[in-house]
Amino acid sequence: MRAGGVFGRSTTETGVTILTATASSRAPDDLDLGGDSRARATDRGFRGLVTFAGLTVLIVLGLILITTTLRALPAVREEGVIGFVAGTRWAPNDDVFGTFVMLHGTLVTSLIGMVIAVPVSIGIALFVAEVAHRRARKYIVTVIDLLATVPSVVFGLVGVLVVVPAITPAYQWFADSVASVPGLNAVFGTANTGRNYFTAGLVLAVMIIPIITSISREVFATVPEADKQAAYALGATRWEMIKGAMLPHSFGGLVGASMLGLGRAMGETIAVALVVGGSFHISANLFAPGNTMAAAIAQQWGESSGLHTDALVGIGVILFAITVLINFLARWVVRRAEIQMKGARS
Amino acid sequence: MSSPTPTSSFLPQPDLSGRSLSARRAFADRAATAGIALCVLVAAFPLALVVWQVVERGGSAMSPSFLIDDIPRNYRNAGPGMGPAVLGTLLLTGMAALISIPIGVLGAVYLNEYGKNGPLARFIRTMADVMTGVPSIMMGLFVYVAWVLVVGEKNGFGGALSLACLMLPIVIRSTEEMLRLVPDELRQASAALGARKWRTTMTVVLPTASSGITSGALLAIARAAGETAPIIVTVGLTFAANPDLFSGGNTTLAAQIYRNATQPFAAAQERAWGAALALIGIVFLFTILSRVISARFAIDRR
Repeated sequence: MRAGGVFGRSTTETGVTILTATASSRAPDDLDLGGDSRARATDRGFRGLVTFAGLTVLIVLGLILITTTLRALPAVREEGVIGFVAGTRWAPNDDVFGTFVMLHGTLVTSLIGMVIAVPVSIGIALFVAEVAHRRARKYIVTVIDLLATVPSVVFGLVGVLVVVPAITPAYQWFADSVASVPGLNAVFGTANTGRNYFTAGLVLAVMIIPIITSISREVFATVPEADKQAAYALGATRWEMIKGAMLPHSFGGLVGASMLGLGRAMGETIAVALVVGGSFHISANLFAPGNTMAAAIAQQWGESSGLHTDALVGIGVILFAITVLINFLARWVVRRAEIQMKGARS
Repeated sequence: MSSPTPTSSFLPQPDLSGRSLSARRAFADRAATAGIALCVLVAAFPLALVVWQVVERGGSAMSPSFLIDDIPRNYRNAGPGMGPAVLGTLLLTGMAALISIPIGVLGAVYLNEYGKNGPLARFIRTMADVMTGVPSIMMGLFVYVAWVLVVGEKNGFGGALSLACLMLPIVIRSTEEMLRLVPDELRQASAALGARKWRTTMTVVLPTASSGITSGALLAIARAAGETAPIIVTVGLTFAANPDLFSGGNTTLAAQIYRNATQPFAAAQERAWGAALALIGIVFLFTILSRVISARFAIDRR
């Protein structure tokens, strides 16, 4: 990703003129070009301006954390931090704010999404890298990119008005057929409504496939050609080459890609709000309606006031903390994997 | 693997053709290839379903008056009207672009031209990446606390601010990638002519990268135009077009889809589909525009 940096700064190696070498060893703004003090002030002013623009990112992130946390404090104080995060009763009318129900829903729906999206995305990335013809490759990449541009609310709309009515009988059929299998019948129980954890997971899967696919493709692109050819030379079939040469080499990067997808899934709001159902009971049954942190904020925002609003902001703060943490971890994993891969290549 | 080579039956040569694979290995290879191909279909199916449904159901609701008329105040009432939402989408996204693109481009100038690999620039880069992963509803909550509660009213500008927060990291990162592609020789030539750094940046570096910057900005706009979560938190509501971003509620296509999708009335659902078609049209338009610009005017990547 950072390979672009190689471009200009190594031009001195061509050693065309001494001037080039001087210019690149000293940044031009350090050169004393003379001139009046006004010109120098303009330069300094510009530098200040762009530095400030760069700092806005840090300022905004800092402000997000500080302002929302302060706003959420009254509601959190009502329960205590532990009660707010781990409490299982969410009853805004009685000023009871236990958000564990939603944390549970967020985890369950994103995990369903991951279980579907990760293998599919890796499969697509493999198809593009190893199976597809050059011309087909372009179309597939376009399809995946288009999938990424569809607004989340449109997925939600299709989910709630098309997928939910169509899929409910399938849920019920599946629940009936595993009804006598212990364990499974608890996880796949009665499906009274199609708006449930599982549908939310399905929609999330579709929405995170593009990002996992695109990072997996970058990861697979780093597998050395020599490794692949060596596998083929040993008589491996294509699948054996993928298993033996590509997957072990890319494992770290794929983990990072999946985690970025997980972060996306946990923060996804509107599509989930439309299809998850909106119930505040914890249930092992994936076919039961539930709620997630982000979806609950969107659903209840309109009718909330006072402490209830503060509590919703508080849910946002927890979500913010979790997603930032996951993003950090994912990028760290990807970067570590990148370093390892580069080491393997040289 | 490849086409079977004719082997002489007199010489005891090993058969290296695909036919000599054991049945188990051949089957595993075929099955894996089929499975991988299936993955592509699994991803293409939802896209096809979405496009088909939106075009078919939205197409019947779509008409010129649908894009202009006011929104009926009662969900039950049939008939067109998403004009305020179309206007709101364009205004809010436009304002968000006006805020975030200048800051984002200048921030990228800092990262690539001044900060380079210094600790501050590296930190900002990481945080910009992290900011891209912040859930969009969080930007809405932030603007609600820091703007809506301060001015005491939900209005269009709040929505634009939250969209700007979403766009900022995308613009910064995509612009920086483009500035990287500007050859250093251009900067050095400009410096050799005696231009100061700000002048080099404004007249040489940014114009050279302008097509790439534009294309990245259009992608960010496309993403912001489809955002719902921050909008429903910050902009309130209107049924008549409200061109004033600083007073009174506003609305966007995305917010209207969300409101109407959960209504049990056919009229409301039909308006949701129409709005979805209009929204997808806008988003795809910006995406395609961005593609065309980046393909046509790209810097020669050598």
